[in-house]
Amino acid sequence: MIKKAISIIIAIFAAAALLEGVRAFPKWADPYQPASLHVSPRYIEKTVEETAVPNMVTSVLADYRGYDTMFETSVIFTAGISVMMLLRRRPK
Amino acid sequence: MIAEWEDIIIQTLCRFLIPFMQTYSLYVLVHGHSSPGGGFQGGCIMAACFILLVIAYDLNVAKRRFKEKINVIFCSLGVFIYAGTGWACLLLGGKFVDYGKLSLILPTDPIKARYYGMASIETGVEIAVMAIMISIFWDLVTAGKHEEAFKEEEDVGTNR
Repeated sequence: MIKKAISIIIAIFAAAALLEGVRAFPKWADPYQPASLHVSPRYIEKTVEETAVPNMVTSVLADYRGYDTMFETSVIFTAGISVMMLLRRRPK
Repeated sequence: MIAEWEDIIIQTLCRFLIPFMQTYSLYVLVHGHSSPGGGFQGGCIMAACFILLVIAYDLNVAKRRFKEKINVIFCSLGVFIYAGTGWACLLLGGKFVDYGKLSLILPTDPIKARYYGMASIETGVEIAVMAIMISIFWDLVTAGKHEEAFKEEEDVGTNR
């Protein structure tokens, strides 16, 4: 019972801390927020002339962030190998 | 082991549906450059049609179409294609996944070579995601004993 009360109190404080952080966010759809000013304009302007791909998402996923996507694939590969190692039984 | 499930309507419907699903999967893959899509989504659709085959027919029917050993090879092959494209760029004098350097071996200019480099890695992602989804599904659905299940079914099949 007391454990439950403690965990509820901790949860409330954690939620309060996170909601306090939300107040520092930029406004919704603000064009001058930091995320829109750093690398996004370059991707938007240069994607077609640099990579010949009409879809910006693909160029960011596969080209500008290609290293990231390679390890996403590796994560899936690791998951498959782990399931094989944990579940698969050899026939006797 | 999956129970024997004989339903002519579902099985016939799957026979018609699966080729279209596979074609659609390849469409999602190759059209990922200009519309939503790509390797991950296409691979999941491709895996879904094998899962549909298992659900409609039987595990052994699916295994006869697509062998377990080949599937394990495909798991690694997808990641190998991706990393191999990266390494090819490295060996041609660029950075790790700098596809522009592929223009030295492809008959295109560096900008178009980036396009084909992306197509290559998306193909790798598709193969890897497809094989691993199928592998995980097979392991989960039989609790990892599908080789034994396969053998049992073969014995039953010969006795029948």
